[in-house]
Amino acid sequence: MSFLEIVHVHKRFGTTIAVEDFTLAVEQGEFISFLGPSGCGKTTTLRMVAGFEKPTSGQIVIDGVDVTNMPPNRRNIGMVFQSYALFPNMTVADNIGFGLRIARRPAHEIRVRVEELLRIIHMPEFGRRYPYQLSGGQQQRVALARALAIQPKLLLLDEPLSALDAKIRASLRQEIRDIQRQLGITTIYVTHDQEEAMALSDRIVVMSRGKIEQIGTLFEVYNFPATRFVASFVGTLNQIEATVVDAAIGLLAVEGQQFRIARPLPQHRSGDRVNIAIRPELIALDGQFNSAMNRLSGTVEDVTFLGSIVRVRLRLAANRLSMDIFNNPHLRLPQPGETITVHFAPEACLAPGDDTPREASNAQPLSASAAEAA
Amino acid sequence: MLKRFWPWFWFLVGATYFLVPLYATLDFSLRARRGELSFAAYTSVLNDIRFIESFMFSLQTALATIVVSAIVIVPTAYWVQLRLPRLRPVIEFFTLLPFVVPAVVLVFSLARTYSRTPLTDSREGLWVLLVGSYVILSFPYMYRAVDTGLRSINIHDLTEAAQSLGAGWFTILTRVIFPNIYVALLSGAFITFAIVMGEFTIAALLAQPAFGPYMNRLASSKVYEPSALAIISFALTWAAIAAIQWFGQGAQARVAGPR
Amino acid sequence: MAPLTQTKTNQSTVTRRSLSWTWVGVAPFFLFVAAFLIWPTLSIIGQSFLDQERRLTLQNILELGHPFIVSSYVYSVQLSAVTAIGGGLLGGLLAYAITIGGLPRPLRDAVISFSGVASNFAGVPLAFAFIATLGQLGVVTQWLRSIGISLYPAFSLYSFWGLCIVYIYFQIPLMVLIMAPAFEGMRREWREAAESLGANGWQYWRYVGLPILLPSILGTTVLLFGNAFGAHATAFQLTGGGSQGNVITILIGAQISSDALANPGLGNALALGMIVIMGISVGLYTWLQRLSARWLRS
Repeated sequence: MSFLEIVHVHKRFGTTIAVEDFTLAVEQGEFISFLGPSGCGKTTTLRMVAGFEKPTSGQIVIDGVDVTNMPPNRRNIGMVFQSYALFPNMTVADNIGFGLRIARRPAHEIRVRVEELLRIIHMPEFGRRYPYQLSGGQQQRVALARALAIQPKLLLLDEPLSALDAKIRASLRQEIRDIQRQLGITTIYVTHDQEEAMALSDRIVVMSRGKIEQIGTLFEVYNFPATRFVASFVGTLNQIEATVVDAAIGLLAVEGQQFRIARPLPQHRSGDRVNIAIRPELIALDGQFNSAMNRLSGTVEDVTFLGSIVRVRLRLAANRLSMDIFNNPHLRLPQPGETITVHFAPEACLAPGDDTPREASNAQPLSASAAEAA
Repeated sequence: MLKRFWPWFWFLVGATYFLVPLYATLDFSLRARRGELSFAAYTSVLNDIRFIESFMFSLQTALATIVVSAIVIVPTAYWVQLRLPRLRPVIEFFTLLPFVVPAVVLVFSLARTYSRTPLTDSREGLWVLLVGSYVILSFPYMYRAVDTGLRSINIHDLTEAAQSLGAGWFTILTRVIFPNIYVALLSGAFITFAIVMGEFTIAALLAQPAFGPYMNRLASSKVYEPSALAIISFALTWAAIAAIQWFGQGAQARVAGPR
Repeated sequence: MAPLTQTKTNQSTVTRRSLSWTWVGVAPFFLFVAAFLIWPTLSIIGQSFLDQERRLTLQNILELGHPFIVSSYVYSVQLSAVTAIGGGLLGGLLAYAITIGGLPRPLRDAVISFSGVASNFAGVPLAFAFIATLGQLGVVTQWLRSIGISLYPAFSLYSFWGLCIVYIYFQIPLMVLIMAPAFEGMRREWREAAESLGANGWQYWRYVGLPILLPSILGTTVLLFGNAFGAHATAFQLTGGGSQGNVITILIGAQISSDALANPGLGNALALGMIVIMGISVGLYTWLQRLSARWLRS
């Protein structure tokens, strides 16, 4: 039995279905992210784990105890909110010590624990300050310390970095990950930012419209997206409209140029038009020649310098194709208007029919059943 | 339902406190004729020439107050927002002062300071003092209303656009700014109207033939008519506040009034 | 910021004179306030330290200690305190009920609108309304008599407690108008954060909810105090405004028409005392509101 089990949980608000058949098992010490667009049910699920919402049906078990109907104040769960939610009338130290004070721990124990937590969040001098005297990033660190002070069984974070600016977001993200590793606390992190989910998580739960689309490690979700939704939501995805030339061997053409995909297209006949998806970083500029690779030529539309990578956009008939090249001062960048040839492997292509969910790896005991294409 | 017991309970207590006196006044005002409900008290009040005179007097005073207040406040609020934002706390402090200096102290100070000047020795002078005091009382509401109104439009861009088209300051204020904060100004105007129409202290102490002192005198000679007047007065206040909510996007009516 | 840059460019081209022109824009306001508020008030304050031969004296201030005047101040302070606390309590509970108490939204809007009207409905007509309700012939008085309870002579609308009941009528809506937004500013996350840290409902209110609201509650109660302390018309209508005087505002008003205390300097000192008390209460209110605004800003 896993540390946290969420079993067939449904949640309805009136006639609206917010969460549908959510099943997930989380191991002790794991860092899980719920990733999805707003309104996909990720926050509602988190709030059900915290106890702020009751599931319409289903069961939530933490450390062997069924908490489905337990009020939040008895669950021993640490929660961090998007809006920090520090108590404005209390100092930083009083905020952090609040949970221990409620639990009637002796004063000296509280003081020692608060000091320890202030050190963990690198704010040892801030105990006597009030929340309004802190920056957003500092407030969120205090909120994290407050949630950790009670030594919760679970740490829940609801979009904790969304209200902060980009630079602080990146550094605080790292800090959250470090603290989580250091304390080994089981953590669920809700976000709509795939970069955040990727930087932090052991596993990611991708959600859409109240349902789980895929559960898997970052590697699996990115490289083997179970559904078209996952593929397009996680990372950037090119779409090419191509014509089927030979369905049996997966041969396609776009503007007269032929290319292969890794598998046949049994549902299609030659002449059908299909959408093929491919990630920008799996497309390479003309270089080392390999007969197994597909080659397509197109006109450079524009070149965007993004720092460590350069994104080139090609035009291929009605399609636009983005590709990423690593930056290098000796690189000869293509010029707009130029015609260039690019390479990509047949395996890099996602074809229709890949929409049916599949087991991404054997490390994943629960399948994301009933996930449909978005 | 049981969970909401206390909210409902306090709501009902509040509603009772608010509504029973109103109901009682209405009921009382309709009993001028023994044994039947009638509008006799209302007819009697409305046919009283002193009612009409004092009402018209207060109406004129209210309009004068609104006009003067608007002429002083609109350019000030506009100018503070455009050029002197650091003056805002100072203006806000001054508009708070009418709470520190209550009406009775204000009129006391005015009467003493300007005694034996044309302001207190003539009918017209006293009326100027009356309007002046009311304008002071209206400042907190007028300033807040106009300031909020100005914030909701981009006065910098509007001003610069008008300037680039060759408009002078007077034209900008009257043709560009004023029409755009009309609604905000109205909400300030209606609350001022409500205050002036019912005001007693200043008018009585300056011996002005206003509506408030008339109501006060009526009580010594009549029984049922004062209730009718209270209902009329309440309806007037209600109409002014309703007008604010009707015109304004909920620009709120605040603290006020003749106590 | 746009206004600053604009002023700067103007100054560089038009030189220093534009700065003084800038102030001309607010001159009418300051002149008006000076003529009708500041100058008269300051002159009264100044004169309360002068005797009839215009020599500096503390005599007027000392004469405030006269038992008759002290009793007026005490009466006004008691009346204001009782109605501020009573009105604050009822108004606060009503504001709570219509906001986070979870009553239907239309009720909230109705109460707020009504409070806007009722806080402006005071003075003479309010006195009339209560005479029609709780006066000797009042509707409620008669109804109580019909079920065997006679209010009079034990109770009188013209007594201290009668005045309290009338004053509370305009105190409640003021409290509602200021406290309803404060209650609505209470964030759901505070409660949830407290719950997740183990607090029950009572503990949340004890340690978080009430402390956060306390500056607003105290500040508004102080404002209600000032609101009642400065009230004149309602008391005048109910007590007849005799020179006997019990409420301090009536005593001051009486100094205008007839110098009832036979000492103009003492009248000035009365007004000064009033300004001091009002100043303290408005200052305290402003300070407490700022404290709470500072907390709630982030």
